[in-house]
Amino acid sequence: MNGIAGKTVRELRELLTSGQASARDVAEAHIARIEAVDSRVRAFLTPTPDVAIRQATDADIDASCARGDSIAPLAGIPFALKDNICTRGIRTTAGSRILPNFIPPYDATVTVRLLDAGSALIGKTNCDEFAMGSSTENSGYFPSRNPWDLERVPGGSSGGSAAAVAAGEVPFSLGSDTGGSIRQPAAFCGIVGLKPTYGRVSRYGLVAYASSLDQIGPLTRTVEDAALVLNAIAGHDPLDSTSVNSPVPDYTLACRADAKGLRIGVPRQYFGEGVDPGVASVVRAAVDLLCGLGATAEECDLPSTEYALASYYIIAPSEASSNLARFDGVKYGHRTKELAGHIGLMEKSRDEGFGDEVKQRIMIGTYALSAGYYDAYYKRAQQVRTLIRREFDAAFERFDVLLTPTTPTTAFKLGEKSGDPLAMKLADVLTLPVNMAGLPGLSLPCGFIDGLPVGLQIIGRPFDEETVFRTAYTYEQATDWHARRAEL
Amino acid sequence: MELTLDEVRKVALLARLELDPDELELQSRHLNDLLAQFEALQGLDVSGIEPNSHSVPLFNVMREDISRPSLPRDAVLENAPESRDGCFIVPRIIEG
Repeated sequence: MNGIAGKTVRELRELLTSGQASARDVAEAHIARIEAVDSRVRAFLTPTPDVAIRQATDADIDASCARGDSIAPLAGIPFALKDNICTRGIRTTAGSRILPNFIPPYDATVTVRLLDAGSALIGKTNCDEFAMGSSTENSGYFPSRNPWDLERVPGGSSGGSAAAVAAGEVPFSLGSDTGGSIRQPAAFCGIVGLKPTYGRVSRYGLVAYASSLDQIGPLTRTVEDAALVLNAIAGHDPLDSTSVNSPVPDYTLACRADAKGLRIGVPRQYFGEGVDPGVASVVRAAVDLLCGLGATAEECDLPSTEYALASYYIIAPSEASSNLARFDGVKYGHRTKELAGHIGLMEKSRDEGFGDEVKQRIMIGTYALSAGYYDAYYKRAQQVRTLIRREFDAAFERFDVLLTPTTPTTAFKLGEKSGDPLAMKLADVLTLPVNMAGLPGLSLPCGFIDGLPVGLQIIGRPFDEETVFRTAYTYEQATDWHARRAEL
Repeated sequence: MELTLDEVRKVALLARLELDPDELELQSRHLNDLLAQFEALQGLDVSGIEPNSHSVPLFNVMREDISRPSLPRDAVLENAPESRDGCFIVPRIIEG
């Protein structure tokens, strides 16, 4: 059926409940879209069309709809998962050559929740290796492309998940965000991406990068769709001791166009050096638009922002060096063909399996945690983390949300930064402080520069995704950036 | 403070990464670039600031001590590069 692929979750649901399309029609339309465009976009590492068709037909969604019974909000909706989220019986690589054939014996909690909701898994998406990167160029397999300009990166690390949604291959996907890996690709691809509050969504079954920063979240075409997906995946999970046991509100109720009384903070440090003036002015225009709808805005300061990047690149690699110690050539993953004793087995297997960026982060983390350097690096970085959190807390005494650009620039060209690890890391400079403080952050499209989307980042108080959604929805309803489609 | 190649080699051993000479050179350059960035932190006054390891308060989690099934052994060993008789196969560790 024509015209199905590219629709939002909400629109697809209307087709299903009104009987205009069957769940199989919906799955097949998206499979056809993937076949038509993914040779150019390259969003998928492992498409799973058979699984999607089976789920779409097994779930008996059409019969329920025909009877007029209510169906789960995501029933019959195809989705994609970043390939660092475990899927039982389906290859999960984390974008790494060290896991070329890992078949998880269990599902991540988010996978279970979406499958239980009747959604149809249509494939696993490409990402930077172990979620370390900002362009998918660190994928051990191939880089993905930005649907708005195939010569440019989709962002990363959840670049495949973002490109798949922007290309109309799937109405929603999940990514993971450790320093911006959902919001930055969402901004580059002109879609909505949410990193929930740390602890809002279970991390069980997510291949760990930096456990105190990682969080799973949705990538969608609209704010309301992000709320629908968060409804399905949020909540306490006994299998993740850091998931928080607090009630999950219906986030779609927060999606109302109402900026009255909303107090917006605009942190100066997010508009300074390194931020493209064009991006800054598009974002300031978004703030003005919300003020025209009844919000008030005021500049504010988050002075420790300039130390966030350095402390992030101590904390995240330190945790990574520990988390990635599990890849030893014994339990799963790549094992060297050369036999060289038990130490040599580990050293060679890891050297052959890991890519350069991952090795770099393991090295820096190992060094930062080693005897004699702990106080100078790791402890100091954690103290900076306290400062960052305190400054956000103080800002949230005066403001309901903070508005910033999601990224300093629009999408860059493939190869433009791949030889310069430091330049690449600056792509996350406006998103990673949000992870350091554990706050919710959402990116949504707020304009275009030379045909490339610009992302507006909305940062909220811990566990106040509702105000973030309200702000985002109000802006979205007053603009039509989200309705634009990349032509492929 | 620049790390020498020997120091980088030692970090690689701790990290269980066997880097060839070219890689060692590359990693050494990247490591020193990053360390130079970290210097910015040394000028910051953090005296009396508590380190923060998690952004949300963490509490010890208790549950009833009830046994429940773990993953089937065969399913787990399925992903092992080499296994036999329900065990992972590794190189000989003890001589003799």
